[in-house]
Amino acid sequence: MTDRTGGRPHLAVVGAGPAGLTAALAAAARGVRVTLVDSAREPGGQFYRQPAAALGARRPEALHHQWRTWERLRDGLARHIASGAVTLLTDHHVWSVERESGSAVVHALLGPAQEESVAVRADALLLATGGHERVLPFPGWTLPGVLSAGGAQAMLKGGLVLPGRTAVVAGTGPLLLPVAAGLAAAGARVAALVEWADPRDLLRHVRVFAARPAKLVEGARYAAELARHRIAVRPRHTVVAAHGSRHLEAVTVAALDRDGRVRPGTERRVACDTLAVGHGMLPHTDLAEALGCRLDGVAVAVDDEQRTDVPGVWAAGEATGIGGAALALAEGRIAGLSVAARLHARTPDPRSYAAPARERAALRAFFAAVDSVCAPPARWAEQVTDDTVVCRCEEVPAAAVREAVGELGAGDVRTVKLLTRAGMGWCQGRMCGPAVAGLAGCPEAAPRRPFAHPVPLGVLARDPAPAPPSDLAPHPAPDPASAPDPAPPSDPAPHSGPASAPVSDRAPRPTRHSPSTGWESP
Amino acid sequence: MTKPLTCDVVVVGAGMVGAASALYAVRAGLRVVLVDRGPVAGGTTGAGEGNLLVSDKEPGPELDLALFSARLWDGIAAEPGVARAVEYERKGGLVVASDPRGLTALEGFAEGQRAAGVAAAPVAAGDLHELEPHLARGLAGGVLYPQDAQVMPTLAAAHLVRLARLAGASLLTGSTVTGVLRTASGSVRGVRTPRGDVHAPAVVNAAGTWGGELAALAGVFLPVLPRRGFVLVTEPLPPTVRHKVYAADYVADVASDSAALQTSPVVEGTAGGPVLIGASRERVGFDRSFSLPVARALAAGATRLFPFLEGVRAMRAYLGFRPYLPDHLPVIGPDPRVPGLLHACGHEGAGIGLATGTGHLLAQVLIGRAPDLDLAPFRPDRFPDSPPGGSPDRSAEGPAGLPGERLRESPGRPGEFHRPEDTP
Repeated sequence: MTDRTGGRPHLAVVGAGPAGLTAALAAAARGVRVTLVDSAREPGGQFYRQPAAALGARRPEALHHQWRTWERLRDGLARHIASGAVTLLTDHHVWSVERESGSAVVHALLGPAQEESVAVRADALLLATGGHERVLPFPGWTLPGVLSAGGAQAMLKGGLVLPGRTAVVAGTGPLLLPVAAGLAAAGARVAALVEWADPRDLLRHVRVFAARPAKLVEGARYAAELARHRIAVRPRHTVVAAHGSRHLEAVTVAALDRDGRVRPGTERRVACDTLAVGHGMLPHTDLAEALGCRLDGVAVAVDDEQRTDVPGVWAAGEATGIGGAALALAEGRIAGLSVAARLHARTPDPRSYAAPARERAALRAFFAAVDSVCAPPARWAEQVTDDTVVCRCEEVPAAAVREAVGELGAGDVRTVKLLTRAGMGWCQGRMCGPAVAGLAGCPEAAPRRPFAHPVPLGVLARDPAPAPPSDLAPHPAPDPASAPDPAPPSDPAPHSGPASAPVSDRAPRPTRHSPSTGWESP
Repeated sequence: MTKPLTCDVVVVGAGMVGAASALYAVRAGLRVVLVDRGPVAGGTTGAGEGNLLVSDKEPGPELDLALFSARLWDGIAAEPGVARAVEYERKGGLVVASDPRGLTALEGFAEGQRAAGVAAAPVAAGDLHELEPHLARGLAGGVLYPQDAQVMPTLAAAHLVRLARLAGASLLTGSTVTGVLRTASGSVRGVRTPRGDVHAPAVVNAAGTWGGELAALAGVFLPVLPRRGFVLVTEPLPPTVRHKVYAADYVADVASDSAALQTSPVVEGTAGGPVLIGASRERVGFDRSFSLPVARALAAGATRLFPFLEGVRAMRAYLGFRPYLPDHLPVIGPDPRVPGLLHACGHEGAGIGLATGTGHLLAQVLIGRAPDLDLAPFRPDRFPDSPPGGSPDRSAEGPAGLPGERLRESPGRPGEFHRPEDTP
């Protein structure tokens, strides 16, 4: 417990998933004091989501790939916490970050009550805020029994709960494979895996596979698992509608033509009580945007060292582009090395991060190919009937969005929101933003959310309190163990689990609320 | 390139003022094309609170325009379906004073307003909580302004545009005006957009905060500058704050000529449930970055006025740029320097409220009638013909602003009186 601060430069990391953890350990091993802030009760992020201890899981690793990587990260973290180099602040909900006279200040609400805020002041800031799931609407998607794919996986990983008995997994993207396999392994009957892309299209990107043969192996492994569980895979198909009176009873699945239109006559009803649906992921960029970081499309733009264009602010992992845990580990390591060098007034030697940089380049190319193959079919919005609720928080139907564009002169997501309230509710458009953009026929843009998390006005009005010193941090230090400063493993992972809740549970909203159009602009 | 559109008047800017200008012009029998580079209400209109206020205006041309506009708003709101669609509510404004000195100033101000036709009823300290049960205790008293009203500004602009289109106007969104077309003699003959020319003998500049740029395309100088404001939006609440409530004695220091951040508590409920909290004013050019210190100041002001807000969560914040002119009056009417060019911009924080009067008066001018109100105070050529020291660099406009610019709250207004504005 010596030299807790000792003049060492201080890095604040937001997000204790693969990117944040790796960066924290890399920096801490090089003389940087690190404060790691996360909203969950345990580190690991969505990818390494752990079952609550009270559930007494005997083999949590059964649900995880890369368990050994996680063990290395966990043990390295414990060692650095014990030495005082890393302070872990869990159950801290970051609502804002700001730059203030050369340092970065992270503001976080404490614990489940979220009525008190602390401020972490540091010399550098790493945003490892991850991503969230994209789910596009279709008739019936609000029925109980319809979950987001990530939500289903989170339930498996975190709660060890099997969400249903007969499941259909649908949508697009690499996340669907482990979700289908995971559900089957946990004992559900998976009636179909419905993917609107054609995985064979990936083979057009031959060079990508040449660079990442591991991805082929991984794909083959999942294919074998799906075959073992007798899961019917339906490429170039989509779920047109979900049916049921009070709970999901069946879905209608149909084939898509080359233009992304439903091929008439191919509709088929599949009985199921669970539908896990997801359409890829989007980066969490609220904090980066509030700091004024430049975005590249919907992701935070970074340079070779994972630096944003705001001095003193780095970003790594899904926030800089969706690419899974392996990419997050590589980016986190580069960021950690860069921070350590820069905070000691040195320029990092590119040779010191050549290996993760190669990994990063190959994985980015791979996921760019996945993105192009898994892009929503051009006509998906045509399947959304007028009465389909698009924004669940504010209960805005598709018809209202269409009216705003067609009759009221809306031309972007912002004006649609202002005219319909779509995106003004508790999720602040995180859920419905892509759907609204698709229905309105305008590009998906990263919206501005000055508060990453709702914050009581009383907290906002008060001057911030400093975070407790690290030795008061409420964490038992796990056993220090082997593997200091783990290098990113090469075993690839197709996804990092998103933070979505089950889609069928209504987003929390106040009961006292009259539907109406309201005020707001980004 | 398609054949140019031809009409009687092109209105540039589909914000609140452009929407009202198009509506009154088409109803006066003119063929109207409304052009905007973005969507409807994509600029300052979509970033406002939608106040139709008389309470914050001292006797003079702006108050006359506000009273005139309020009557027109009443008329529009009485049309079928409109009040509900635009969330029109004559909720009334309640201005409160925290100490006797502030109350004296407020009552003196209200006295002058009454003489100009404003309904303003004194409210004793003991009666404040009947009007607003959740107000802080210990206030000195206030004044109730029943004429103050509210609309949801984006909906208001969109529905006025809808009514204008129903009456025959055309709407061209996503069409940036890149030039103002002139005849050999210098008169306006239309506008140029990348999607084609629109020919008309009259062009109305309703480009709001960007009105100076449009004026420059027509070859005239108009010193419209941005004044940034933030609004905090809370989680939805049951009806709790009934009026638009703001503090009158908010600080004598506002009357200073400082260009730095000023905030004052302005609190109101909305039909949708969230409470809106304003208002801040900063001259920082078109800087769109979020400012936590501003949000903190707004929260502090609001919780002082309504202590229950301490436990209420802010969900989001938004910002906008009020278009202001050096003397804080809008420009409305024909520009004598360019025949056929008319202006309707620079309403600062009052554009939603003043839009109806502005549109009505412009339509009268366009069809050759004498306007119901004297437009002389709003003359577009009342400023020097060129910016001091060359062209105005708007993006670089620092806190100092233009020479000669003074704050709205500075002498000429009651010293301790703050003006909330319908734009944050």
